[in-house]
Amino acid sequence: MSAKVEAFTFSAENVAKAKVIVAKYPSGKHQSALLPLLDLAQRQHGGWLPRAAMDHVAAFLGLAPIRVYEVATFYTMYNLKPVGTHHVQVCTTTPCWLRGSDQVVDACRKRLGVDVGETTPDGKFTLSEVECLAACVNAPVAWIGDDFYEDLDGASMTKLLDDIAAGKQPKPGPQVKRQTSAPISGAKTLTKNS
Amino acid sequence: MLADSDRIFTNLYGTGDWRLAGARARGDWSGTKDLIAKGEDWIIDEMKQSGLRGRGGAGFPTGMKWSFMPKKSDGRPQFLVVNADEGEPGTCKDRDMMRHDPHKLLEGCLLAGFAMRCQAAYIYIRGELIREAEVLQAAIDEAYDAGLIGKNACGSGYDFDIFVHRGAGAYICGEEMALIESLEGKPGKPRLKPPFPAASGVWGCPTTVNNVETIAVAPAILRRGAKWFASFGRPNNTGTKVFCISGHVNAPCNVEESMSIPMRELIEKHAGGVRGGWDNLLAVIPGGSSTPLIPKSVCDTVLMDFDALRDVKSGLGTAAVIVMDKSTDLIKAIARLAKFYMHESCGQCTPCREGTGWLWRMLERMARGDAKVEEIDLLLDVANEIDGHTICALGDAAAWPIQGLIRHFRPMIEERILPKRLRPLPNAAE
Repeated sequence: MSAKVEAFTFSAENVAKAKVIVAKYPSGKHQSALLPLLDLAQRQHGGWLPRAAMDHVAAFLGLAPIRVYEVATFYTMYNLKPVGTHHVQVCTTTPCWLRGSDQVVDACRKRLGVDVGETTPDGKFTLSEVECLAACVNAPVAWIGDDFYEDLDGASMTKLLDDIAAGKQPKPGPQVKRQTSAPISGAKTLTKNS
Repeated sequence: MLADSDRIFTNLYGTGDWRLAGARARGDWSGTKDLIAKGEDWIIDEMKQSGLRGRGGAGFPTGMKWSFMPKKSDGRPQFLVVNADEGEPGTCKDRDMMRHDPHKLLEGCLLAGFAMRCQAAYIYIRGELIREAEVLQAAIDEAYDAGLIGKNACGSGYDFDIFVHRGAGAYICGEEMALIESLEGKPGKPRLKPPFPAASGVWGCPTTVNNVETIAVAPAILRRGAKWFASFGRPNNTGTKVFCISGHVNAPCNVEESMSIPMRELIEKHAGGVRGGWDNLLAVIPGGSSTPLIPKSVCDTVLMDFDALRDVKSGLGTAAVIVMDKSTDLIKAIARLAKFYMHESCGQCTPCREGTGWLWRMLERMARGDAKVEEIDLLLDVANEIDGHTICALGDAAAWPIQGLIRHFRPMIEERILPKRLRPLPNAAE
């Protein structure tokens, strides 16, 4: 995979999107658009940023390439190596760990046959551990694609991966019967709200 | 228990419609023009009278912070930046506010922005909250279409823009100076203060950075009055507050309650109680991962507010209550937090960059019992060497959980170490 020289230019659609993003910031402050533009580039390039994409973004914004590299290497959401079609990121920080994130990670290992940081040979799944995702009252949490899957355990994680592998789109949010961050036993407050 | 009629976030669980129609039905954007007409000084004074202290962790008085912004512009524009980079382990309140009640935040941006003479607000939302950023952007589009923001916002004659800016996965960007660097398109490495943001913040312009909850409660305070808000909680610790209760409870949840509610009442009334009953409680991290844990004996009576938790050598922080029952391996729990801080250190300051790794490695060994008893003091020494010796508070935040662990549970660590004491052992940093 690494031997291939990657090429990158923004699609016409993404050039339009990039211009909208740049216009959010005061005139002359276009470097502020760097983070969102790298995200746009990564989405266009199958979930990771080859050097060609960083160079293209640098040219697009008129920045020295180093300004882009130092940002791309600083933030964890930029993948500098190819990732699987489905990037499964399980939170293992203390609030998730207290509620069994070890079992969730084990279920992923078993179902996917890879360890944390690895990609399945068919290129479908990458398994990662991630730091706190800010959904702690719905722990344990996994982040796949653009969605959070919450209130997981080993069994529901395995089922989630089965469904994704089968091409289904599982429902995001709590994987138990529960209204978002309300208590599982039913809300005791805001009960009249509809 | 706080009455539903006194709750600000009436769509906290997303059972209602988050869009403009639903928000209006809940009272948002009503009479905003009249509030603006009362003037900047009235708004800031009302915020001061309410006693609101910043909801992002530090608890700085909001009205006073707003009053630091220049009254007369020297030609530079002024900006409001909303810190929506929620990531303090245990904390998940801003997420609910943004996905279920986004218009409260937008109306707050306009009122706060007007009071501080800002021309625009940038909401810096953490990159992982993709769906929440989508909701926020849709709400902003609705607000522009309805004339609530933009040119002549709400018909007030004031022009005000709101933008969403997505981060890219770095806890440190929740620190206000790192956030400003990141908003400028740079790595999130905190700047030294002074200059403070009100003098020179984003793009060198006067800036105020406020947490989502701080801004989102402002419209309710201004509409219902400072006295109403100040009637909850205790003096210097007023208002309502959204608490996040996670860990070993029967029903983890977010809930808006009165400030100064007893911790035990909060856990038992709203989160279904500690797994196995109150007597099965071991310790609680009361305000997000950075605040030192407190043992059950303290939890029995402590109140959930800034001053009460400070008095027991912890803090309210973000009001994220992480409950740990007697089955918890406390050393491992704190070691995992140490790993978090090691991962999230920006690497600028040596004590933090190197020290967080030391803390994690030593705690991991202690969790296995592979340590000497004297190393507990060495661990504490390393923590103390980080605390207060870095540009930003991440170093302090890494040290505090360990100081708390040793303060309350030193005998437990000794017990873990002693059985293996006679074996040859590696040196501290290994």
